[in-house]
Amino acid sequence: MSNGVQAAQGRIPETSTAGDPMIQMIGVHKWFGQFHVLRNIDLTVHRGERIVICGPSGSGKSTLIRCINRLEEHQKGRIIVDGIELTNDLKHIEQVRREVGMVFQHFNLFPHLTVLDNLTLAPIWVRKMPKRDAEQAATQYLERVKIPEQAHKYPGQLSGGQQQRVAIARSLCMNPKMMLFDEPTSALDPEMIKEVLDVMIELAETGMTMIVVTHEMGFARTVADRVIFMDGGEIIEQNAPDAFFNNPKSDRTKLFLSQILHH
Amino acid sequence: MPDVIEQQEYPPGQHPSLPPPSSYVGPVAWLRTNLFSSPLNILLTLLAIWLIWAIVPPLLDWAIFSATFVDGESRDVCVKDGACWTMIIARFWQFMYGFYPVDERWRVDLGLILFFAAVIALLIERTPGKKYIAIFLFGIYPFISYWLFVGGFLGLGLVETRLWGGLFLTIVLGSTGIIFSLPLGILLALGRRSELPVIRMLSTAFIEFTRAIPLITVLFMSSVMLPLFLPEGVTFDKLLRAMIGIALFGAAYMAEVVRGGLQAVPRGQYEGAMAVGLGYWQMTGLIVMPQALRIVIPGIVNTFIGLFKDTTLVIVIGLFELLNIVQASFRDANWAGLAKEGYAFVAFVFFLFCFSMSRYSLYLERKLNTGHRR
Repeated sequence: MSNGVQAAQGRIPETSTAGDPMIQMIGVHKWFGQFHVLRNIDLTVHRGERIVICGPSGSGKSTLIRCINRLEEHQKGRIIVDGIELTNDLKHIEQVRREVGMVFQHFNLFPHLTVLDNLTLAPIWVRKMPKRDAEQAATQYLERVKIPEQAHKYPGQLSGGQQQRVAIARSLCMNPKMMLFDEPTSALDPEMIKEVLDVMIELAETGMTMIVVTHEMGFARTVADRVIFMDGGEIIEQNAPDAFFNNPKSDRTKLFLSQILHH
Repeated sequence: MPDVIEQQEYPPGQHPSLPPPSSYVGPVAWLRTNLFSSPLNILLTLLAIWLIWAIVPPLLDWAIFSATFVDGESRDVCVKDGACWTMIIARFWQFMYGFYPVDERWRVDLGLILFFAAVIALLIERTPGKKYIAIFLFGIYPFISYWLFVGGFLGLGLVETRLWGGLFLTIVLGSTGIIFSLPLGILLALGRRSELPVIRMLSTAFIEFTRAIPLITVLFMSSVMLPLFLPEGVTFDKLLRAMIGIALFGAAYMAEVVRGGLQAVPRGQYEGAMAVGLGYWQMTGLIVMPQALRIVIPGIVNTFIGLFKDTTLVIVIGLFELLNIVQASFRDANWAGLAKEGYAFVAFVFFLFCFSMSRYSLYLERKLNTGHRR
């Protein structure tokens, strides 16, 4: 690793130091069988911070955020989310998952339930919220993502963009302390990407802590406090968006940016 | 044939929706595309018409038009050359109840009416208070039915199970098999996919062992071998043993059907459920199992139907369910030679039950289709 990269890695932009740490990843490693997919990840995310992670496919960026709510298990190092360390303790895992919302590339809505039931399921069963309160909250969130009229349809009857907005609303219904987005627009038709990004931008404006894996560099520029570039399972470079895009430090970052910005 | 002359020009973006050409709609078009679309299809259609003509009229003539429908003491009353339904009519109530004492048969009627009323209420979509009906059916009804059918306490006389028979016994065996095999099968399927090695191995061993032996062997073993292993003096009702054997046997098949469904539920559904904080049982009960079971409705009903028909095998341990009691009947000298009528009757009764299950499963599939597979 070159000196420039190391310098970039150690530096955290000043704008993002407001607030105490929401996530701390310390020396995290992960293997899929023999394949070393995450290599010595050190990452601190502060409350209210918006982070965009980008990088070529197979670079470990999805795996990294999936470790944060323990959809993937890390094999070395420590991950502490909102003061709770992730270990094999199921109680801690479920505690973390209650506070961390996640939006997936393929939405993962529950196809056998109506949109409204998709939204109220977790509040009712996990938060033990009375059904009426849960439905009231769900309706509010559906209004926030601008599809209140779809409440009684099934996910299969909605467009991709609408489904992804339902998925965002479903996570918000749990009133999470932070949100993870795993390539939320990659499976969408081009004309639907904007409606989802608009919802995410609005969410960012409310001060939600967000980690977004995406290739939408326009979104990164407008919303992110910090952009992280990953390759080969490592964090290669991280910086504020202006510095990251205008003045990338490492050659790999430059190559990646040239590939996605001028194709 | 497309008519070129009538082709009209529209400015771009102004083309209206038009009806399809007349050669693609209407009964004539249907006949042409479905029955007479090619030489082979024409040949098959003609063959089918000939088969129907060759089979249906003689069958109707035998079963209805030339048949005898009067009550009587023996087959001597049958003088026409069609079917002799006299045996079925004369022995009908025995075919329904077996040797259950005539004065006590109201208990069977009441018990079965309660059972079917509760089941039908559960199966109909718009029944209110389904939760209470389910609690009644699974929590209270087993005790009520034991009291009604067996009795021996609270004012009802004891009717030993060796007197049970006919369609009543078939329904008892079939419904206990069906009702217990599904939940047991679900647990076994989950066990086989468990991350805990002991549970996984036990489930797998049970499923593989049970599937590898014929039901007839299970019934023989439950009837002949089980008493050898029990301490002296402990007896176990023969019917109960048969019921347990059938339920466990059905559960092993059901487990594999359910496992097929579990494997068809995408990984993303588990992740979606975990990410919102659901625990294992919540995830399984609310998200995974409803989808898995819906996918395998045809397989589940297939197993139910197979199980229902397999109840006839209790013949080998001397229980007089419907088929056995009808067979016993036409072996009687008075009714000698009426095997055809007897089997036709049994087939008809089984068809009614199995076909109803099959139609209900089709209805259920349509109802549960929420359009997520596009």
